[in-house]
Amino acid sequence: MHVHATELWITIVLFLLVTGMGFAAARWRRPPTLHTMDEWGLAGRKFGSWIGWFMLGGDLYTAYTFVAVPALLFGTGALGFYAIPYTAIEYPLVVLILIRLWSVCRTHGYVTPADYVRGRFGSPTLALAIALTGVVATMPYIALNLIGIQATLQVIGLGGDWPLIVAFVVLAAFTWRSGLRAPALIAFVKDALVYLLIIVAIAYIPAKVGGWGHIFSVTNAHFKATPPHTGALLTGNNQLTYATLAFGSAAAIFLYPHAITGVLSTRSRDVVRRSVAWLPVYSIVLGLIALLGVVALAAKVKPLLSGGKANTNTIIPALFEGTFPHWFAGVAFATIIIGALVPSAVMSIAAANLFTRNIYKEYLRRDASDHEQATVSKFTSLAVKAGAILFILLLQPQFSINLQLIGGVIILQALPAVFVGLYTRWPHRAGLIAGWAAGMATGIWMLYVTPNPATKQSHWGGSAFALSHLGLHTGQGLYTGFIAVVINLVVTAVVTLAAKALKVPDGIDATAATDYFTDADDVAEVPAEAAVA
Amino acid sequence: MSPDFPTRPVPSTRPTASGAPGSRTDRSPWNWLLLIPIAAPLLTFIYNRETPMLFGFPFFFWFQMLFAPIAVLAGVSAFYLSRRSRSKRGW
Repeated sequence: MHVHATELWITIVLFLLVTGMGFAAARWRRPPTLHTMDEWGLAGRKFGSWIGWFMLGGDLYTAYTFVAVPALLFGTGALGFYAIPYTAIEYPLVVLILIRLWSVCRTHGYVTPADYVRGRFGSPTLALAIALTGVVATMPYIALNLIGIQATLQVIGLGGDWPLIVAFVVLAAFTWRSGLRAPALIAFVKDALVYLLIIVAIAYIPAKVGGWGHIFSVTNAHFKATPPHTGALLTGNNQLTYATLAFGSAAAIFLYPHAITGVLSTRSRDVVRRSVAWLPVYSIVLGLIALLGVVALAAKVKPLLSGGKANTNTIIPALFEGTFPHWFAGVAFATIIIGALVPSAVMSIAAANLFTRNIYKEYLRRDASDHEQATVSKFTSLAVKAGAILFILLLQPQFSINLQLIGGVIILQALPAVFVGLYTRWPHRAGLIAGWAAGMATGIWMLYVTPNPATKQSHWGGSAFALSHLGLHTGQGLYTGFIAVVINLVVTAVVTLAAKALKVPDGIDATAATDYFTDADDVAEVPAEAAVA
Repeated sequence: MSPDFPTRPVPSTRPTASGAPGSRTDRSPWNWLLLIPIAAPLLTFIYNRETPMLFGFPFFFWFQMLFAPIAVLAGVSAFYLSRRSRSKRGW
């Protein structure tokens, strides 16, 4: 295999730069000890608006987003553009919810969303369900970031698995040492590179390909020639899918543990609100990146083969390789790889915190000290990353993609307990557990029975559930996660009514109404949970 | 199943520099601004068309690119305006 030397060297230099930053981050705003859950896992809960904005942006817009969103547009046309309304809706939708979550977590020293659910509804079982949902949804997400790195390495010409392993061992080492501070500091470099790359790409590539008019006429002709022959627009049948996908995904994103970890690492309610308000700036960038998918179509980019099948995830790196000068293609590849490091680090920390707080401390060692919890979290974050590597090395990439599809649907099932719980304590713990189980079961079943004729898969074929399964032969489909969460909410309500009528004992609420409005200056430096240890 | 998390009892009201938490709220009429960037992107029938084109972009693509700047505008205005009216009320 031919290795592109210039690209490789530039990638290595930039990778070494952020590695240095990752290790140095341990000294950034140095606390007396890094070895506590709050310091290692939440960077001391002290980030201000600038850091919060960079960090959340770097955390939420993953390398997989950068390669998969344009690949989706390349493959499916207009439907693939749903990422644009999705990322525009998500912040206005959740900002008010998140400041309440921030306040109650700050008051009680909660580190994970499951900690909060435990306190609010007095049910370790429900908390376990929420924690497991988070871990299961996060694992394939990390694996998919590895797919982003892998696709880039493939275009550079590096075969074999060792470069991927090296990159992840380095990531594991600086995350071990610096905790959440490492991805937060690296996010500055990542985001700066992303903005630079996309401005250059949009100014440079479309003109080389023949201009936007030409690009869209090629796109239109291409999708008119492929079924369902509608050109680059939505069809009568997939508009509802498009809208529910955008809305459901927007509601889901801040239920992911890595997103909540990012929010909890900030300093005050105003910081949460301000940084979240400015986050859609990243969505502008995402929109431009998505358009590169149709640019690649017009540039007649051929995806590279992996395992004999065309890997559309390679189209963006291949577009960069084919159009940029070598040195800038190197910058672009480094950006994608560094882009994978930030979310992978935060995700592994968030998953590790869930395990430590809601499984280890809850079921294995009730009296674990804060110091011991931090140790367990560090080791778990290593295990999570090793697991993600094994996913990629031992299983078909399709397996991770299917799991990620399931992950998006199941993470939404935490919505009634986490988001609704911030506004009302009306749901009974039994109702929430039953609703969660119903949403999980129906969501997974719906995904299982969905085929994909294009790739000849008979199961896990996509996230649009055809209403014809329910006897509604309109040709319409809805986002599976959306249907599942509606079922979840209905079951939660029905079982709550039944449990209240039968006077089934409910859990005790450890939170007070005012806890949802606490701000930075209301609580002591060391939150309650940490003080217990 | 243990009934409760071992948390320290948290005082429900504490006088602070920014006022008693009990009097706090996250309600503000300005928050209604957030509804615009939530609702507009869901109305596919508005933008699922090819014309009018802009710089070679079909309407479907260029119009949706406006959603993100609108979300910034709405989110940032809602934040600053609600904070300003909050400080007028004394905190």
